Amino acid sequence: MDITVCIKQVPSTSEVEIDQETGNLKRDGVDAKINPYDLFAIEGAVQIKEQTGATINVVTMGPNQAADILHEAFTLGADHGYLITDRKCAGADVLATAKALSEGIKKIGKADLIICGKQTTDGDTAQVGAEIAELLDIPHANNILAIKEIKKESLVVDVDMPTMIQTIEIKLPCLISVDKDLNQPRLPSYKVKKATKNKEITAYGVCDFEDSNEMHYGMNGSATQVIRIFPPTSNSNTESWEGTSDELATKIADKIVELKIL
Amino acid sequence: TYVEDEEREEIDKSLWNGVVVYVEHTYGKIHPVTFELLGKARELAEEINHEVICLFAGYNIADKGGELIQFGADRVYIYDEKELEDYRVEPYAAVFEDFIKHQKPSVVLVGGTTVGRSLAPRVAARFRTGLTADCTSLSIDENTDLAQIRPAFGGNIMAHIKTRDKRPQFATVRYKIFSAMEKDERRAGTIEICSISKELLKSGITVLESKEKPKAKYIEDAEVLVVAGKGIQKEEDLAIIYELADQLGAMVASTRPLIEAGWTDPKVQIGLSGRTVKPKLIITCGVSGSVQFIAGMKNSEQIIAINTDPNAPIFNIANYSVVGDIYEVIPKLLEKLKLEKREKIEVFV
Ligand SMILES: Cc1cc2nc3c(=O)[nH]c(=O)nc-3n(C[C@H](O)[C@H](O)[C@H](O)COP(=O)(O)OP(=O)(O)OC[C@H]3O[C@@H](n4cnc5c(N)ncnc54)[C@H](O)[C@@H]3O)c2cc1C
Ligand SMILES: Cc1cc2nc3c(=O)[nH]c(=O)nc-3n(C[C@H](O)[C@H](O)[C@H](O)COP(=O)(O)OP(=O)(O)OC[C@H]3O[C@@H](n4cnc5c(N)ncnc54)[C@H](O)[C@@H]3O)c2cc1C
Repeated sequence: MDITVCIKQVPSTSEVEIDQETGNLKRDGVDAKINPYDLFAIEGAVQIKEQTGATINVVTMGPNQAADILHEAFTLGADHGYLITDRKCAGADVLATAKALSEGIKKIGKADLIICGKQTTDGDTAQVGAEIAELLDIPHANNILAIKEIKKESLVVDVDMPTMIQTIEIKLPCLISVDKDLNQPRLPSYKVKKATKNKEITAYGVCDFEDSNEMHYGMNGSATQVIRIFPPTSNSNTESWEGTSDELATKIADKIVELKIL
Repeated sequence: TYVEDEEREEIDKSLWNGVVVYVEHTYGKIHPVTFELLGKARELAEEINHEVICLFAGYNIADKGGELIQFGADRVYIYDEKELEDYRVEPYAAVFEDFIKHQKPSVVLVGGTTVGRSLAPRVAARFRTGLTADCTSLSIDENTDLAQIRPAFGGNIMAHIKTRDKRPQFATVRYKIFSAMEKDERRAGTIEICSISKELLKSGITVLESKEKPKAKYIEDAEVLVVAGKGIQKEEDLAIIYELADQLGAMVASTRPLIEAGWTDPKVQIGLSGRTVKPKLIITCGVSGSVQFIAGMKNSEQIIAINTDPNAPIFNIANYSVVGDIYEVIPKLLEKLKLEKREKIEVFV
């Protein structure tokens, strides 16, 4: 079985600041790490590898430094790393990101199973997985709580639905996005880290893809545009209430209704 | 280049009409986020003189469209097929595609539930169009461009996003962001049953079992928390705290002294040596607000604190500081909540 895990490099902290002059995010000097949700995706793949002897490919789209997280994935049990890096991919929205990743996955070769994290901690849309599945024309399931059985041609998984938990059998090849309750990610192995320090990473650019039309990637291939970013209006709203117990209870009840808790 | 001219061509936005709400439901039971989206869709549609259209896909639902009209839809399109009994992404996406090809809507709103967030990107990608996730504010320009505002970076940044050159414009919105309009039994609208080729409803997914979701097990997962502090004098008095939580569908948490007394389980301790929580609403009852306690809950979205001492430190971080006695205020509050609920049920039946 060949598994491809999609991982993204994100800032170490979500306490980002906006540059007052340019209106852009201040990214300089901010440390980066693997998107925490993607650790569950890697661990899920490694557990399948332990059971079936699968091969794990990890792929990321990002700048050259994103190679760091591929090396980190090696220390967690991944076998091969692929970096999609190209200026033509810059400024991608979900559609253009999914496009680049789906082309990259095709280029890597066989993928029986693609695993994504539930969401990232920066863009935070939780949409990339489903869009990759659409572009590859394979079934997908989001919010996977448990992988129950790995069969030759299908998986049995538990899916988190709005009011239910669904147990489904999904045919391979398919894509799943995994939730944080799936497993407890292992810690990196120091031994493996030393052994994989110089392991090669394969880099792809748009010109390597089956569809090399640059209008389909990056800013050009994006359907959405971020017009402006700004800090949230802080929830510094404070009020002090005094009065009879009855008046106080009315105020609390009204607030509860206003907050749509009931 | 030639390619560029061809692909960046401006679309004719006047060919795309209508504000669509995707009807989220479980075996025919409509999810309330749908009514909230209808409320917002009405506002947007009136701004640009479009209609509000519902897409309702499922099995044995043909008689359930009327309610959607009462909550704001002008037209309801129903796909009622055995293959749509359980939610499976490919047949649902096929129906969505068929619907969009026929209707050519300008805007499509989908509830930000686990299903909506799986289906909407699938369909948006099929039309190579934009999807903005978890919008918290939506308005519309005269040229029908949807102005979408959404949080990112865990809520630390807000982004204003547009889908300028593509139609339809997809957006997901979570439950309890917008408000439903009042139900109007006299509202008129049309319901149409649509058909689709069975060929298109194939799926690589088989649903083996569906079971009710267990309630949140951990206080970290609760949307609403009621916290008992040492203002509670006897173990039996915790009953009012549990009743309040029950009314609100909340979980009960506590400060450390109550755990030390053996009144509450260590799993529900909030604070430095307990758990960190970030619910939508937290109501603290007789909690002083020690540094150690506050460390575990200061990022809660809304904090209501009830304490007799106007100088209690908890009031420094509370959004609503209620200076009062929990033994008097909570029983009164319970009466009012029960009354409120009764009225609400009457509206919905
Ligand atoms: C403030 C802000 C708001 C934004 N809002 C939107 C929006 O509403 N709609 C939109 O289309 N775009 C939006 N974007 C752009 C979007 O964040 C990027 O396109 C990003 O590349 C992918 O989205 P994500 O981070 O939300 O990933 P998610 O969809 O949250 O990620 C899910 C999973 O997909 C995989 N994955 C995601 N990105 C990569 C990658 N680069 N390499 C490998 N695997 C990956 C991982 O497994 C990840 O766990 C926004 C960007 C910003 C800065
Ligand atoms: C290393 C360390 C770690 C700790 N970790 C934690 C932790 O993780 N979590 C934690 O909770 N504590 C922790 N503590 C303990 C902490 O310092 C406080 O002692 C504790 O939080 C106080 O709990 P309380 O607010 O319930 O009680 P109190 O501080 O006794 O406050 C009771 C409050 O109730 C009010 N009150 C009394 N009667 C009424 C009434 N009828 N109506 C309304 N209000 C009334 C009083 O005005 C008072 O403000 C830790 C302490 C240490 C040293």
